[in-house]
Amino acid sequence: MDILYRIFIDPFVQMGGAPDLLVQTLWEGLVGGVLYALIALGFVLIFKASGVFNFAQGIMMVFAALTLVGLTEKGVPAPLALLLTIGVMYLLAVAVERFVLRPLVNQPDIMLFMATFGLTYVLIGVGELIFGGNPKKMPTDALFLPSGAIDLKILGGLVSLQKLDIAAAVIASVMVAGLAIFFQRTRIGRALRAVADDHQAALSVGISLNQIWIIVWFTAGVVALATGIMWGARSDVSFALQVISLKALPVLILGGFTSVPGAIVGGLIIGVGEKLGEFYWGPLIGGGIESWLAYAIALAFLLFRPQGLFGEKIIERI
Amino acid sequence: MKLKRIVLACATTLSLVAPALAQESVFVPLFTYRTGPFAGSGTSIADGMHDYLSMLNERDGGIGGVKLAIEECETGYDTKKGLECYEAVKPKGPVMVNPWSTGITLPLIPKAAVDKIPILSMAYGLSASAMGETFPWVFNPPDTYWDGMSMIIKYIAAQEGGLEKLKGKKIGYLYLDAGYGKEPLPFLDQLSKTYGFEQKLYPVPAQEMQNQSAQWLNVRRDRPDYMIMYGWGAMQPTAVKEAAKTNYPMEKFISIWWPTEDDAKGAGKEAVGFKTLNWHAATGDFPVIADIRKHVVDKGKSLAAKDKIGTVLYNRGVYNSMLIAEGIRNAQKITGKKVVNGEDVRRGLESLNVDAARLKELGMEGFTGPIKLTCADHNGHRPTFVQRFDGEKYVKITDWIEPMTDKVMPLLEADAKAYAEKNAPWPKRTEVCDVKS
Repeated sequence: MDILYRIFIDPFVQMGGAPDLLVQTLWEGLVGGVLYALIALGFVLIFKASGVFNFAQGIMMVFAALTLVGLTEKGVPAPLALLLTIGVMYLLAVAVERFVLRPLVNQPDIMLFMATFGLTYVLIGVGELIFGGNPKKMPTDALFLPSGAIDLKILGGLVSLQKLDIAAAVIASVMVAGLAIFFQRTRIGRALRAVADDHQAALSVGISLNQIWIIVWFTAGVVALATGIMWGARSDVSFALQVISLKALPVLILGGFTSVPGAIVGGLIIGVGEKLGEFYWGPLIGGGIESWLAYAIALAFLLFRPQGLFGEKIIERI
Repeated sequence: MKLKRIVLACATTLSLVAPALAQESVFVPLFTYRTGPFAGSGTSIADGMHDYLSMLNERDGGIGGVKLAIEECETGYDTKKGLECYEAVKPKGPVMVNPWSTGITLPLIPKAAVDKIPILSMAYGLSASAMGETFPWVFNPPDTYWDGMSMIIKYIAAQEGGLEKLKGKKIGYLYLDAGYGKEPLPFLDQLSKTYGFEQKLYPVPAQEMQNQSAQWLNVRRDRPDYMIMYGWGAMQPTAVKEAAKTNYPMEKFISIWWPTEDDAKGAGKEAVGFKTLNWHAATGDFPVIADIRKHVVDKGKSLAAKDKIGTVLYNRGVYNSMLIAEGIRNAQKITGKKVVNGEDVRRGLESLNVDAARLKELGMEGFTGPIKLTCADHNGHRPTFVQRFDGEKYVKITDWIEPMTDKVMPLLEADAKAYAEKNAPWPKRTEVCDVKS
C-alpha cells in the first residue's frame, strides 16, 4: 500500500504543499522543452525537405557554437562573429549539398541517412582539429544575453526565473514564428513543401532541388546556432552538447517528423514531462530517470497515435 | 594553430617512439582523452603526464640511461575505445597502463595478471584494488574514492564541531551515474549509519551532464546542509553553475579531487567558495615545473596551452607520471636491468617510497606529500587538503586531513574478498614481494 501511496498520492500532495516548487519545475521543464523543440526543429526542416533523418544535427549545433566562440576568442567582436558564423553555416550547407546530397540523388533514403552519420564524424573531427576538445565559455555578455534572475515571491515561496532562460524562450518563439511564416507565406517555403511532398513533381514544375536543399540545410544550421548559443550559455560549449541533441528523438516521435508545430508541442511535453517525472517520481527509484523517461513518454504516446501528435497518417493499401 | 599542435604531436611521438623502439627503451603508453565530452578534464592531465616523461627524456636521457618510448592512445573516455587501446599497445610490451577511466580500469583488472601488465589507476578505479594481496597487478595511489569520501565527511564534521555533530544533518551526494560515481555509495551509506546523518542521492546520467536542472530542483527541495560532488568532464562546470543558479551556498559545496579552475570559473563570481579535495599544489612554482618549461615547453615539444601549466589537472598528470617514473626507476634498482618489463615495474611500484628527501630531489618539495606502497597496500591512503576557489584559482585552506582508514580498510578487505569470490577462481598471489610493510 505504501508504494501505491508514494506513486499515486504523495507526488500530488507535494505539488499542493509546495506550489512554488511545482511552478519552478514547470518553468524549468518549459525552458528545457523550448530548447528541445529548437533542436527538433532542425531535424524536421531537413526531414521535410529530403525525407532524411539528419543525424548530424547535434554536431551542427556544437560546430556552430564552437565557431562563434572560437571567433570571439580570436578577438572578433561578438556581433561580427555571429554574422561570420552564419556565413560558415551557409558554406557548410553548400558543401553538404554539393558533396553529400547531390551525388546521392535518387539513392534510397537509408543511404542519405548513413551519409549524415559520416557527416557527423567528419564534423567532430574537423571541429576538434580546429577548436580542440576543451570546453569553451559562451560570451553571453558580448552577445547581449541577459544574466541574473528575476525572483518572484509567490505561492508562499520563491520562483526564480533566469533571465537567460526567458531570453531563450523568446528567441525560440521568434524563430518558430519566423519559420512558420517562411513555410506558409513565402515562395521558397511553398517550394520546400512541394519538394517534401514529391521530388519528381517538384522538379517537373521547375523547382531546383539543389537550391532548396541548400536553403533548408542553411536554415537548419541557423537553428543549430541559436540552440548552441542557448545550451552553451547554460553550461559550456563542448562536444558533450551533441548528446543532448538525441533528446530530439523522443520529441520527434511524439510530434511527428514532418510537423513544425509538432516539434514545438512535442518539445514542451517532453521537457515538462521529464522534469516532473524526475522531480516527483524519480526519488522513488533512486533518481536519474530523466535520460530514459523522455523515450517512455514518447513510446506511450505512440501506442495511441503511431504517427505522432501532428504527423501525417499514412495509409497504404495492398 | 590546433593543426600545428596536432602535427607537432605526431612528430613528437614519432621522434620519441621510432628511435627509442629501435634502440633500448621502456615503452610507456598513455591512455588519454583530448577529444569527446570529457576532454575538458582529460586534456590537461594528458599534457601533464606527457610533459613530465618528455622532460625526463630531454633532461636526463630517460630513466637510468634508457629512453622512455611514450605513446598516447586516444580513448575519448570510452570503455570500448580504451580496451581497443589496450589491445593495440599490448604487443609492444608496455611496462604499465594508465587507463584514466574507472570504466576502462574495471575490465582490465582480470587481464593484468594474465598479460603481466601492471595497471596504475591513480586515485580512481576499483577502491578494493588497494589490497595488494588480492590485486598484485593493480595500483591506485594515493587514495581510494572511499578515502576521499571519508576526508570530505571529516572536513564537514570539522565545520560543524565534530563527527558527533553530524547527527541529524542532511548531506547531498551529486554523482556521475556511472561506475566511478557509484563507487563510494556503499561507504557513504555506512558513514551515514555510523554518524547519523541523512544522505540524499542525486545521480546525473552521462547524457544529462549539461542538463542538471532536475537534480538541482531536488536539492532545492531537500535543502541538504552540505553537498558532495563526484563529477567529471562537462558535469562539473554545469553543477557549479546550477548550484549558483539555485542559490546553494557555495561554501558548503565540496567536490572530490577532479574539478579544474575552468570548471568553477564558468559560474563567475558566484563560484567563489566552491571547494575540492587535493593532494598536490595547484601552481607552477616548483623546480619540476620549471624543468618542464625549460626542456619541453620552451622547445615546442609540449601540447599544453601555456596558461594551463601548473593548474590542478596539469599537475595531476605530472604527479601521475612521477609515479610511473619512480616505479620504473625502482624496478631498475631491484632487478639490476636497464630495460625493465611489466613484471619488473610491478615490483618497482610495490616498493615505491617517495619520501620528503626524494621529493626534494625530484624538484617537488612542497608540491605534494610523501607516499609509500607495499605488497599489501597498493594505495598509501595519503592525507589530502581542502582547497577553495577564490574566483581565479584554488587556494589551500586546511591542513592535511587523514582518511578514516579504520573505516575504509575493513570495507576494502571485505570488498576485495567479495570480488575474488565473484570472479572465482581468482588467482592466489604468487608474485614476488620485495617490501612486506
